[in-house]
Order: sequence, then C-alpha cells, then structure tokens
Amino acid sequence: MSRSSESDPLRPSDHIDAAPEAAGDGGNPRLGFVGWLRFLWRQLTSMRTAIVLLLLLAIAAVPGSLVPQRSSDPNGVIQVRADNPELVWLYDALSLHDVYSSPWFSAIYLLLFTSLVGCVIPRLAHHWRAMRAQPPRTPARLTRLVGFRTVAGDASDLDRADGVLRKLGYRTARYGDSISAERGYLRETGNLVFHISMLALLLVVGIGSGFGYQGQRLVVEGRSFANAQSSYDTFTSGRWFDEGALEPFSLSLDDLDVVYEMENPNAIGAPLDFTASVTVTEPGQEARPGQIKVNEPLRIAGANLYLISNGYAPRVIVRDAEGEVVFDEYTPFLAQEDPMMTSLGVLKVPDGLDEQLGLLGFFYPSAGQLETGALASIYPDLLNPVLSLRGFTGDLGLDAGVPRSVYALDTDDLTPIAGGDAEADELTMALGETAEIPGGLGTIEFADVQRYGVIEVHEDVTQVPVLWITIVLFVSLLASLLIPRRRMWVKAAGGRLELAGLARGEDPTLERAVADLARRIGGDEAEAGSETSAHPEPGADASRSDASARPDADAAASASDTTPEPRSDATGPAARRGPDGRIDA
Amino acid sequence: MNTPALDALSLLLVYSAMAVYTVAFVAFAVDVARRSAARPVPAHELVGAGGPAVSAPAEPVAIGPGRGARIGFVLTVLAWALHVASVVLRGVAAGRVPWANMYEFALTGIAVIVGVFVLSRLWRDLTFLGVYITGLATAFLGVATVNFYVEPIPLPPALQSYWLVIHVFVATLATGFFALGSGLSILQLLKERRAGGFLRSLPSSTQLEDLSYRVSVIGFIFWTFTLIAGAVWAEHAWGRYWGWDTKEVWTFIIWVVYAGYIHARATRGWRGSRSAWLQLVGFVAVLFNFTVVNLFFKGLHAYSGL
Ligand code: HEM
Repeated sequence: MSRSSESDPLRPSDHIDAAPEAAGDGGNPRLGFVGWLRFLWRQLTSMRTAIVLLLLLAIAAVPGSLVPQRSSDPNGVIQVRADNPELVWLYDALSLHDVYSSPWFSAIYLLLFTSLVGCVIPRLAHHWRAMRAQPPRTPARLTRLVGFRTVAGDASDLDRADGVLRKLGYRTARYGDSISAERGYLRETGNLVFHISMLALLLVVGIGSGFGYQGQRLVVEGRSFANAQSSYDTFTSGRWFDEGALEPFSLSLDDLDVVYEMENPNAIGAPLDFTASVTVTEPGQEARPGQIKVNEPLRIAGANLYLISNGYAPRVIVRDAEGEVVFDEYTPFLAQEDPMMTSLGVLKVPDGLDEQLGLLGFFYPSAGQLETGALASIYPDLLNPVLSLRGFTGDLGLDAGVPRSVYALDTDDLTPIAGGDAEADELTMALGETAEIPGGLGTIEFADVQRYGVIEVHEDVTQVPVLWITIVLFVSLLASLLIPRRRMWVKAAGGRLELAGLARGEDPTLERAVADLARRIGGDEAEAGSETSAHPEPGADASRSDASARPDADAAASASDTTPEPRSDATGPAARRGPDGRIDA
Repeated sequence: MNTPALDALSLLLVYSAMAVYTVAFVAFAVDVARRSAARPVPAHELVGAGGPAVSAPAEPVAIGPGRGARIGFVLTVLAWALHVASVVLRGVAAGRVPWANMYEFALTGIAVIVGVFVLSRLWRDLTFLGVYITGLATAFLGVATVNFYVEPIPLPPALQSYWLVIHVFVATLATGFFALGSGLSILQLLKERRAGGFLRSLPSSTQLEDLSYRVSVIGFIFWTFTLIAGAVWAEHAWGRYWGWDTKEVWTFIIWVVYAGYIHARATRGWRGSRSAWLQLVGFVAVLFNFTVVNLFFKGLHAYSGL
C-alpha cells in the first residue's frame, strides 16, 4: 500500500470508498484454517452483512407488535392464550410472548454488534494514525478530479493559498510545488463515536437493568406505606437486585385531586388533571410535601414515583345483629373500562357474623338510572355516590391456605342472600345510608368514600447513563452525517495554479467548495476563469451501466489510493463529459 | 369566536385546500402527460476520444418544468397556505397544539409534507415531484376528514407535556422529508427501468438517488431525535424509557430500516435500485406506523381519538 492510503478512513472491504480487494483470496480451496477464519471474519464485518442483519432485526421486531408481550401487556398474553389454547405450544416454542428477549432476536442483535465491533476496532486504530499523518501526496494530474479549475498565480502564491486552506480548517502539507490539504476528520470521528455509543448503550442497558426494581402499591387517601419489598402489591426486580438497594423512605398520600371536563359537550367527564399530594419522610430528615402528576414523576434519591392509575375506595361498616362493628374498611374498587368510573369491588367479612359474608358489587360515583331501571354512573366525579352489592354466605375459603385475589370472589359454593338468584334485592346504599343484611345477620353502612392512587416506585440505574450516551450518540450522528470530509489540492503548473478536490464519503457540496476556494485564492478572476468541471451538471444524463458502478469521484479516489497518479485512460464508466460535450482528460 | 365556530372555519379551509390541491394535481398531471407525449428527441451519440459512446444531455427544452407544472406549483403554494391556516385555526379552536389525535396528526403531518416540498424550492427545483406530493396530500386529507375527524377536545393528562410539542412535531417533520425522499426514489427506480417520455426530462437516476439520499438523511436525523425524545417522554409519563410498546417497536423498525438504507448507499453492489427500495420500505413503514398501528394495534399510544 502506498503511503497516501494511510490517511484514508479504513472502510469495510465492500464499502464504496474501500480500495478494491486483492483478487484471489475469495474461494481459494487451499486457504487453510486461518485463511478461512479471516475470510469468515471479513464476511461478518462487511457492510453487506451489516445491512442484512439490520434488515433482519427490523423484521424480527415485527411479531412483538402483533402478539401481546409479557413485558408490556401481561393481560393481553393471558387473553390470547385463553382464546387460542391450540396455539399455546407455538407461542412458547417461538418465545412469541417474549420476542425481545427471545433467543432468535438476541442472536440477531448479538451478531450485529459482533459485526459492529469487528468493523469499528480496525477503523479506530486506523483513524488514530490517520489523524496524525500528513495529508496524502498530491496526485500527478488534477484534471480529472472534482471541480478542477485554474486561477492566476504561481509557486510564490502557495504560501498564501496554504494560509487560506488552514483558515478553512484544512490540514495541509507541501509536496514540491503543490499543497495537499484535507479536512473533516471529525466526520470519521463522529461515525466511530456513533457506532461505539450504540455498543455502550447495549452494554449499559444489558447490565444496568439487572440492578433495578419496580413496585406498585395502591394507596388510599390518608394512608401511607414504606419503601420495602413487602409493602408492594406487585414487585419485580433485576437479576442483581439487593433489597438493601431500596431507598429508605415512606410516603403518605394526603390527597388525590382529579379534575374532569364539565363544559365541552364532546368531552364531558374527560379527565383533565390528576394530582397526588404526598408527604415524603426520609430517615433523619423532616417530612416534606411532594407532588406526583401524570408526566411529572416525583424523584426521591434514586427512585422515581409515578401515578399509574386511580379509583375509589368506599368505606363500608358491617355490624352484627347486636350492633357491634365487625368490619370497617376502605376497600378499593377497580374501575371497569368505563370513563364514568363504574367500579367493581369485593368485600369479605370472615369473622364476627353468624356466617361468613361475601359481598360483590358496583360502586357508582354519580349514579343514574338507565331506562331499564339498572344503575349506571353518569359522571366520573363524586356527585351521587351509590354502592350496590350482592351478598353471599358460606365458606369464603380464606382459611384454606390457597392465596386468593382480594379482587375476586368465587361464588360457586356460596349461597346468595341478596341480589342475583336470592329472594332479597341487592343491597343498594347512597352515601351515609345503612341497609339490613337479609337473614338477620346485621347491617351494612356505606359510611364514606375516598380516592386511591396506584403508585409505582421505580429505580433504574441505567437511566442517567443512557441519557448521556444517547446525547453523545445524537451529536456524533450529526457530525458523521453533516460534516464533509474532503481533500483539496493546489498545484503550481504551467504558470497558473490548479485546484481540485476529492470527496471522502458523501459530499454533495464539494464542487462548490472548490469554486469557493478558487475565489479566495484567485480573487475575482476565478469567477470567470476557465472552469472545466469533471462533475456531471444537473440535467446531464449520467446513467450508469449498472447499479453498482460508482460515481467517478469515488473511482478516482480509489485510483489515487493505490497509485498516486490516476491513470488517464478514459475507458469505463468513469468517462464523463462536461456540459458542453467536451471531454476533459 | 367560540370553539365550534373556529373549528367549522378550520374545516372549511381544509375543504378549500383539498379542492385547490386537486386542481394543482390535475395541472401537474397534465404537464406530465404533455411531456410524456412529446416526440422523443434522438439522443446524440457522441463518441469521445478513446472513450465509449456517451449520450448527450436530454433535449434541453424538456428539462425545465412546463407551464402546467408552474401553474401546479403556484396552486400548491396557495392550497398549502389555506391548509396551514386550517391547521392554525384548529389549534386555536382546541386551545393547544393541533396534533393530539389522528385527525390532527394527519392534518398537520400533510401540511408538513407539502411544506417540505414547497420550501425545498428554495434549494432545488423539485417541481417534478408535484404529481406525487399533491396526489398524496389530496388522498390523505380526504381520508383524514372522512375517517378520522373528531371535534376538538381537551388534552388527556398523559399528553399534557411540552414533549407533545417537540416529539410529535419533529416526527412529522421527519415524515415530510421521508415523503419527499420516497418520491425521488420512486422516480429513480422508474428512471432506471426506462428513460422515455416524462422521465426523459428528469435528472439522471444517479442525481435522483443523491437527492433522495440527502433528503432522507435529514429525515433520519429528525427521526433519531424523535426516537430519543419519545424515550425521554415515556420515562416521564409511563415510568420507563423503553418498553417495546407497539408504537415504540415501529419507531424502532423505521429507524433500523433507514440505518440499513444509509449503509446500503455506502456499499458496493447495494447503491442504486437496492438502496432506493430500502428507502421505500422505510417510508411504507412510516405510513403503516401512522395508520394501521395507530388504528388497529393495541398499546399505550391510544391517542387516535377514534
Ligand atoms: C447496530 C447496528 C448499526 C447501526 C444502527 C448503524 C447505523 C449507522 C448509521 C445511522 C450510519 C450513518 C451515520 C454515520 O455515518 O455515522 C452508519 C454509517 C456507517 N456504518 Fe453503521 N450501523 C450499525 C452497524 C454497522 C456495522 C456492523 C458496520 C460495519 C460493517 C457499520 C459500518 C458503517 C460505516 C462504514 C458507515 C459510514 C457510511 C458512509 O460512509 O456513509 N455499521 N451506521
């Protein structure tokens, strides 16, 4: 290799700017083991492989948007499996509910990143050297390079030209009566940093997410909880999570304020705002107020707190026949898929009455009567709260040791005593009202109602590093895509100064840059000066003989890579004609 | 004026814009037809010294846009002005940015696509894309008004964020550039197949490819930003920056396809029609993400308003 290629960006072997491969090491049968390895490695680190793997990755991501995923839609997963029992084996065999952690998806991105590493490391070393090297030797003939033109001047003007180039950010070197200049190393730097950031992103996410945890907790207004694994309704944590990592704080939900639209006729009852006012207590510190809104999480040390959902928790008091209180609790009712917040809930009263009592029914924040006589909520706020419960007696199964959801009541083995098949009607109470429980069991009072909020506590150590990496990634992407990398030559020949440029990578403004340089060096004369362009003018039909033929700037580039003097035979697709039909060469 | 009256006015402007876009489309189409019908001028075969035969530039008369195209362009600008006015009024009527449901995304998104086309005139004459862009605008506005229209309603809390302004707007900007790039790629592919008629008057397939690449790279930069901004917003609103929600998945797919496109452009043997196809696959994914994913896929981004 000639010295000049030292300062080229090293590119994968099938990159458009790469020097053509030496023939003969492709399918040579006597390649030997090392030869084969090298061959495979070159295949893996080729641009072609990168494209194919990128496209595979895109295709592999599709199924995860069609089939519900455990990570983002666990209920959907349950539903799909219940609806298609005959397909469950297929979903499992192909990890269709965990596409993004499945072996096949992982295989694709791991291969892609291996290819990335293999691609980037040699380029890094090469670029490191290139940044210190001199710009390459001036080609013997500039005429066929981009933007070739001449301006008045001779060798004594080269110092001035050198100054102009340096001011424009070029690194320059003198070779006899010529200056060789190069700029835009930042493009390659950007490209490398960009690819490395992606690698960093993968590593940080892959490792860091193992340290995180996420817990959800339903809190009724006025109640509090401590940040401990046992206080959560649901809790998931990463592989390397240690309970000691939980930030020691406790939180009380003082007030949950919800604002609903009341004026716009198209959106009556649409929620406009959720604000949870909380009090945070950290050890050794005074309790302080805080706020959680949708889009405005509360940050406590490393933990982030989000308001996930909300609902109503009616306070129900059950008394026995003697008037003794046997049950007094705020019970969360879950909003059904109803914007007006009709909510479903279950109360279990195992002790204190003659029989175990189960209650199942609806809470209507603003009850209204449908034409059928049935109740429904007609507004999501508390305008006319009504509780309507069916009653059952029998063994609630709480002592059987089988964990039961607090939100479900298995009524199969219970005896209905109110509502449904029972003789007595449902127990329906407006706020403050009391109803008799049939069978003389006692009374039930709808004493109060509070809102509850579901608060998610989330700690993810990758969050901050990932943000920084993405910022670096974006900035380096800009550098890599927008900074032109180019060479310029100024050469004293035939009593004039010759100028020409060469693009390294995409550089649509090179032609203009040469013209601009000519103006700076040659003054006004350059404007009218003899311009012989080696570049096709707009409108000229430069159709290719085949899709892979390279535009001639590139062809000239690789020619100059291997031999300092481009050969001037005008055969092949590189032959071009100026707009006026003359042939330059 | 109150909200319904402003919104009615906005809708009236949308209909007017559609009418003018349609006329512009016809003007562009007539121009294309005229140019297709023009008698092909035999290309001069010039034989260079020692070089192969090279065809001279196509007949110069056909290169500049014809009168039909000029009329089409002026009408497009007029329609666009009406369109932008309708977008602004919709925003005023709703009292917020006009891109918070399907109808508004479509309305604003198409205005941005046409805007990128109109303003690209300051940089390059791309009038030859007029048929494609006005056709796209007319068809999409039709679908948006007929199928997606909803009355303006206040923002749900999840959308009350400055990220709505940034993230969604940059996404539509990216879409505008991708749309322009896809038009150029389609012409490039046509041009690579045959060079007769209307196509003869266009820049060479290499130049179309270069233009498409430059426009698509801008789109890619905006898309990258959209992806990052979306992740930041997701962290604020949903408690995690990435969760493979359907819309996130498709944003990722589009990003990866365009990364493939950029690599293809830089790869021997992939430049030319293969990279053009990738550009188109990317744009189809953008459209798919906007329509099918919004309407039929389940996920957290349930903001179509339908
Ligand atoms: C994780 C997968 C990858 C992604 C998402 C990706 C993305 C990109 C993007 C967006 C660009 C354009 C911006 C720039 O120039 O920096 C680019 C350029 C480039 N990538 Fe990658 N890349 C990936 C993997 C690879 C691999 C495996 C290779 C090596 C074979 C590679 C080699 C290159 C080269 C040489 C360029 C410069 C292209 C040019 O000269 O225009 N990339 N890549």
